[in-house]
Amino acid sequence: MSMSPPRRPPRSLPRRRALQAGAALVAARLLPAGAASMDDLPGVRELTEYLAGRTAQFGRLALDIPRLADNGNAIPLRIAMRGPFAAGAELRTVRLYSEKNPVPLMARFDFAVPPAKAELDTRIRLAGTQRIVAVAELANGDLHAAFADVAVTVSACLDGS
Amino acid sequence: MAFARIQLPPSVKRGDPIEVRISIRHPMETGFRVDDVGRTIARNTLRDLVCRYRGAEVFRASLGSGIAANPYLRFYVTATESGEMVFEWVDDAGERGDARAAVVVA
Repeated sequence: MSMSPPRRPPRSLPRRRALQAGAALVAARLLPAGAASMDDLPGVRELTEYLAGRTAQFGRLALDIPRLADNGNAIPLRIAMRGPFAAGAELRTVRLYSEKNPVPLMARFDFAVPPAKAELDTRIRLAGTQRIVAVAELANGDLHAAFADVAVTVSACLDGS
Repeated sequence: MAFARIQLPPSVKRGDPIEVRISIRHPMETGFRVDDVGRTIARNTLRDLVCRYRGAEVFRASLGSGIAANPYLRFYVTATESGEMVFEWVDDAGERGDARAAVVVA
């Protein structure tokens, strides 16, 4: 008895459309920079006070951090800013804010002279899944911001909370 | 307690970026932990850390409880001349520490 090979369903237009929509969704997820705005920043009091109504630009500053962190006690993080930096608009300060940590301002970095490369690595501690914000201030007062969402499996601050 | 490791490239060309990496042994106590008998352990973080290259400040950091214990930093400084890179820091307990490394400009 001969068996005919299973017939593959014809590649239909709805299927193709569904695939395209899926790909677009993935792309949108990977490239949030285009649509980022001040509304995406968490309403942390310390951050709001620092910004004091000023508007930050998005896209030039990049925040590189794992999307999923097993351990909130030490999460590697990289802040990088795309050049070129015009004269009088060098990188001066970078601040790191957390949405849910008991102390929202995690760190402040000051560059007394413009860094050779606008890149900085450190390891942070996070109390749970949240959004991290980096704000860079240039010598001319321009603000550049970047944010990233981190899912934290085991939060830091298990004690005393 | 004050123990730190600085890593610099063996030599750099004048004008090139020096990759500076430093790791400091420090508990970075958050102030939210309690000890065995329920007393709060006082906050102790590296509030002020300065990096000087040939005597001039190039980088400064204020690390709060949101920075992991044994803080690690990596940044880039423009190479000018051979000289010393000195880190000095003070924590909330008032304890001071310093570490230094030689920059060789070829």
